[in-house]
Amino acid sequence: MTTDLKLYQIGTFAAGNRLLDPDERSVQADPGRANAITSGHRACQGCGEALGARFVLDAAIRAAGGDIVTANATGCLEVFSTPYPESAWQLAWVHSLFGNVAAVASGIAAALKAQGREHVRVVAQAGDGGTVDIGLGCLSGMFERNDDVLFVCYDNQGYMNTGVQRSGATPPAARTATTKPVGAEPGNVFGQGKDLPRIAMAHEIPYVATATVADLRDLERKVEKAMSMHGARYLHVLVPCPLGWASASQDTIRLARLATQSGLFPVFEAEHGVVTATTPIRQRVPVEDYLVLQGRFSHLFGEHGRPDVVARIQAGADHNIARYALAPDPEVVPHD
Amino acid sequence: MTEPELPFAITLGPGTSRADLTGSWRTERATYVTRQAPCGNACPAGEAVRDWLYDAEEGDAGYERAWRRIVEVNPFPAVMGRVCYHPCETSCNRGQLDESVGINSVERFLGDRALELGWPLPPVAAPSGRRVLVVGAGPAGLSAAYHLARLGHAVTVKEAEDRPGGMMRWGIPRYRLPRPVLDAEVQRILDLGVRLELGVRVDDLAATLAAEHFDAALVAIGAQIGKRAYIPAGSAAHVMDAVTVLHGLEAGERPLLGRRVAVYGGGNTAIDTARTARRLGAADALVVYRRTRDRMPAHESEVREAEEEGVRFRWLSTIGDVEEGAITVEQMELDDTGFPRPTGHTEVLAADSVVLALGQDSDLSLLAGLDQVDLRSGVVHTSPALMTGQPGVFAAGDVTTGERSVTVAIGHGRTAARHLDDWLSGLAPAPEPPAELAAFDMLNTWYYEDAPRSHRPRLELVRRQSTFEEVVEGLDADNALYEARRCMSCGTCFSCDNCVAVCPDNAVVSLGMPGSYAIDLDYCKGCGICVAECPCGAIEMVPEQI
Amino acid sequence: MLRQVEGSRAVADAVARCRPQVIAAYPISPQTHIVEALSDLVRTGELAPCEYLMVESEFGALSACIGASAAGARAYTATASQGLLFMAEAIPNASGLGLPVVMTVANRAIGAPINIWNDHSDAMSQRDAGWIQLFAESNQEAVDLHVQAFVLAERLSLPVMVCMDGFVLTHAVEEVDVPEQDVVDSLLPPFVPRQVLDPAAPVTIGAMVGPEAFTEVKYLAAVQQLRALEEIPVVAEEFTRATGRTSGGLVSRYRTDDAETVVVAMGSVLGSVKDVVDELREDGVRIGAVTVTCFRPWPTDEVREALAGVERVIVLNRAFSVGSGTMLGQDVRLTLTTRAPSPATVPAPATVVHDVVAGLGGRPVTRDSIRALVAAVLGGEVDPDRLHFLDLDRSLLEGEDLTPAAKDAR
Ligand SMILES: Cc1cc2nc3c(=O)[nH]c(=O)nc-3n(C[C@H](O)[C@H](O)[C@H](O)COP(=O)(O)OP(=O)(O)OC[C@H]3O[C@@H](n4cnc5c(N)ncnc54)[C@H](O)[C@@H]3O)c2cc1C
Ligand SMILES: Cc1ncc(C[n+]2csc(CCOP(=O)(O)OP(=O)(O)O)c2C)c(N)n1
Ligand code: SF4
Ligand SMILES: [Mg+2]
Repeated sequence: MTTDLKLYQIGTFAAGNRLLDPDERSVQADPGRANAITSGHRACQGCGEALGARFVLDAAIRAAGGDIVTANATGCLEVFSTPYPESAWQLAWVHSLFGNVAAVASGIAAALKAQGREHVRVVAQAGDGGTVDIGLGCLSGMFERNDDVLFVCYDNQGYMNTGVQRSGATPPAARTATTKPVGAEPGNVFGQGKDLPRIAMAHEIPYVATATVADLRDLERKVEKAMSMHGARYLHVLVPCPLGWASASQDTIRLARLATQSGLFPVFEAEHGVVTATTPIRQRVPVEDYLVLQGRFSHLFGEHGRPDVVARIQAGADHNIARYALAPDPEVVPHD
Repeated sequence: MTEPELPFAITLGPGTSRADLTGSWRTERATYVTRQAPCGNACPAGEAVRDWLYDAEEGDAGYERAWRRIVEVNPFPAVMGRVCYHPCETSCNRGQLDESVGINSVERFLGDRALELGWPLPPVAAPSGRRVLVVGAGPAGLSAAYHLARLGHAVTVKEAEDRPGGMMRWGIPRYRLPRPVLDAEVQRILDLGVRLELGVRVDDLAATLAAEHFDAALVAIGAQIGKRAYIPAGSAAHVMDAVTVLHGLEAGERPLLGRRVAVYGGGNTAIDTARTARRLGAADALVVYRRTRDRMPAHESEVREAEEEGVRFRWLSTIGDVEEGAITVEQMELDDTGFPRPTGHTEVLAADSVVLALGQDSDLSLLAGLDQVDLRSGVVHTSPALMTGQPGVFAAGDVTTGERSVTVAIGHGRTAARHLDDWLSGLAPAPEPPAELAAFDMLNTWYYEDAPRSHRPRLELVRRQSTFEEVVEGLDADNALYEARRCMSCGTCFSCDNCVAVCPDNAVVSLGMPGSYAIDLDYCKGCGICVAECPCGAIEMVPEQI
Repeated sequence: MLRQVEGSRAVADAVARCRPQVIAAYPISPQTHIVEALSDLVRTGELAPCEYLMVESEFGALSACIGASAAGARAYTATASQGLLFMAEAIPNASGLGLPVVMTVANRAIGAPINIWNDHSDAMSQRDAGWIQLFAESNQEAVDLHVQAFVLAERLSLPVMVCMDGFVLTHAVEEVDVPEQDVVDSLLPPFVPRQVLDPAAPVTIGAMVGPEAFTEVKYLAAVQQLRALEEIPVVAEEFTRATGRTSGGLVSRYRTDDAETVVVAMGSVLGSVKDVVDELREDGVRIGAVTVTCFRPWPTDEVREALAGVERVIVLNRAFSVGSGTMLGQDVRLTLTTRAPSPATVPAPATVVHDVVAGLGGRPVTRDSIRALVAAVLGGEVDPDRLHFLDLDRSLLEGEDLTPAAKDAR
């Protein structure tokens, strides 16, 4: 009558819904989910990376019918999951070094091919440091050879495992242990950072996607899609880190959501170097809404705040919104 | 490969971390709670609105379950789905997001479906052997009769009029409440074995109780007498009161209102009278009210519908004087406290008749013999359990203090029935534990799809101005389902599995049954994400005793 | 079948007959001919099933081998010099994880100054990385050691580095017999990994180990290394039985029976050393030679036994630890100061050890210079307490300030 009927609109964005058929619910809503990384791991309270890894791997395991092996770079995820004598991993998992996970994964994929076990799929995982910085050489090689690996970067925007130092993915103005809020330009320098999704696209690999822990259905769909393809695939997942971001542990998902809704973290998919889909902003917010919740940006607010710096960050968000057409009017930012 | 063969330390068995009970890090724990949804909290009839919407969301079999939940409390869903002023919608949290859930329209859909499919009311309990008298077959009396009958008591309803329904029949016009709907829902109650004596006015309650050996009584006589304000009027002036006009119409009379009708008052009765006048052929129906539109007690939707039908309004005005064919109105202004003050500016308007809609009084003469009943200000005062000063005599609905509506009356009927039952069995009334309200800021509304409200279609305007056909139509099944699913289930888990998904420590386990989850305290680190991401505010953090 | 063939090609053929399933390599002289040949064999399908990964770096090469090996595949790589250093981080990782990767090192100097020619600085720099390090004296031995390396690696779950001198061996064309496929197959059964990435039986490989167990992990690694000292002669013996050829082992002696002077060395230089031994024996000099084939683990007992009763040892090492002696020299010295486990070998009178750096960056170690060195040692002209640089061309250093090091190198 007045609207088209959308049948399952209650809690549409939640993990499950009793009104949906079980196979239409998220993997995370499935009581039989793999729990690739299980309880007892030592991640901080509210760690987005622990969450993101489970989201990704459980979906990958479902997509591959259980036939998954994983290679993991050094970093928080590896450290908090495997302190001897306990491992939180419930799937075949190997850790070698910080910067070589892409190559390790390539080697695994090559081995599986030579062994005629190509039904077993390979997922590589690394933090942003292990991806955009020290791991970039091997990763670029993996992309260029189009090795049959899904590489997942859990981007918490810094070297968290070593105590929150700046990485090539740390956003402008953020406070880290190596970019303190001192001097004329407090926090991290302004710059473009290493936009790895676009670097990956430049390799024209079959699939590149960004996602966050705030949109589980989207993340799972992308993992599923990636797993339906062969060759080098890259998934960049934003995973807020309460410790490194100096944020409240319960705000992890909220922050990921605000990162997307402010335009600071564009969510999109690309195939063979061409953007094929973007997730439009649903409830646009000014960047302040996102920044104020994080201690790493606290020097931008309050009495000695830096509205000029906030404005520059907003300009960066607006640029993303325009570039990926994330909102109808990229110029207008709602202020409430 | 079995574990002992693994290379020492560098290679570990899967999932062995479960030996590390990281729940010990916690200073706060997540705990499931059920909070009171504002809709149900606001419902004077006491309906568990969120609960029946939850059932209705399923559609099909869910509809009957939803309806059964409603009639646990309220035997008139089809009537309420039409005439209720729906405070539930006013307080609905969804109103702060886009528009409140169309609770009332879903209720009507369920009520109509029940009538259509002939769903029976739940069966009554075994006879208790107690006899209860209910005076008045309005919503309060019938609701009480229903609940008392279900509790096993023998109920007799004595009604002065020749048909039951009270103001649902004699006040509310047909274009808002078609009589077949009313009749069917009343009949369903009578079918439970309630004895209804029509055309029987109780003039002396004490005498009736004694004569007929009732164990207890409920006074639910409403307020039948239209209030008359003193307005200087010439002998030929045609001044009537609204309840008389509406009653007459329902009784089959055709009131002589003339072409130009002025209705004095600002409540729903005034609006109903003006809209009725239009339907009876008045070319001009003018509502005169002494305050402004936003201060009018009548509901906005009714005012809007009246305007659509051509009813005119004159705000900030009083009627000073009525002559044949004319009234004098005086302009008012609001003082700082919002009270209207005369300005002295007057104007004469043409009017063939004036209908006063200034409220109603009750005829309390039947209580004269009961000295302990407090009748100050013309209403019956009761305890919170709705018992009057006279033990065993209860009162409900318009005859008591407080808000006057069908919904309140139905709620009163149920409350009175419950307490009357307690009184009969000598029990002390059990106080209900106050539940925390699920406020809007306890929700995480991100998870709800943007879903604008589906509005009920309305009858074409021409037909609304000439006939008494029902103006507002019902929702079709699809829209009712859609509307039910707009409910955010404030404060009560609706099995969305989000908590299970968002826990970084897999410490939320689904127990299998929908909506049953448990926090595994061995691993809950107390991060609070499940609380923050619970769409409906059904989890909270509780500090650990440390 | 004997055939005239370049060393690199022979090694490639030998590697191919070991049926590696994953080869990952990055080109660097003088390793290139080996990997080029393997690339051909994979492309033509002669070596199948096998995946050849053209990685972006040596770090990637060894990392890919680590992944492949963890996935239960036989993995091989080859490198040299800068390439070996570029993989440095992954080298102890492979051994720490117990992954039986086999790697050829076509030994070459490390820069700066950049130098593509042969010495052993590259391999010596990784001596503590937990790999088995075998040095080939000839191309025949290089071929044979590769077959033995795969057998050893997989039996012990340890990676093995087969070192062969760059250019001198890799680019030399000589008669070599590459064991036939059936022979190799009889020696080398399919790879059964000790731990494997298998979705059906998932394990966590590469856990983090803290102070509470790290020492124990390393102790086990030490035990495993000692097991290699037992296994290497066994494998060599099996190889001999299968091919009729003596190759490999821990150390080998050449005319040491009544020797008063013994030259200890590794790799292709032994050819010239042995020629000089023969010549000097003609002259009545009681001299012999000891070849160290297995440098890591260090065969302490075998070296001690080989040098028992010898008056003086001249260690020729094509690398040195700047600021100290040569790596080989230090190990020999240390060995001669330790006591034999069995009382049968009576402690000999103290043996004098001359530690000599020779043949750096491709400088030829000629018979003449070896003969001159022996003469100088016998003539008491070489100070045994100082590191000696063979064939140091002082004329090139004229004008350089050589104090105080001058007294070291005469
Ligand atoms: C025009 C109009 C429109 C309204 N519209 C709405 C609306 O849309 N929504 C809403 O919620 N409310 C509405 N109301 C108010 C609502 O109708 C009343 O609040 C409600 O009916 C009160 O119920 P009750 O049972 O207390 O009394 P009533 O409905 O008045 O019923 C009392 C009954 O008792 C009988 N009675 C009285 N005295 C005796 C006696 N001595 N012996 C025997 N029987 C006796 C009467 O005949 C009557 O049948 C409207 C009221 C009017 C007048
Ligand atoms: C070669 C090397 N350099 C440095 C380190 C130290 N290190 C370990 S983890 C890490 C940072 C990891 O950052 P990132 O990849 O973003 O993962 P995170 O811990 O943030 O999840 C660093 C610098 C190392 N282990 N190896
Ligand atoms: S530091 Fe950050 S990424 Fe690392 S465990 Fe803590 S929350 Fe997770
Ligand atoms: Mg990081």
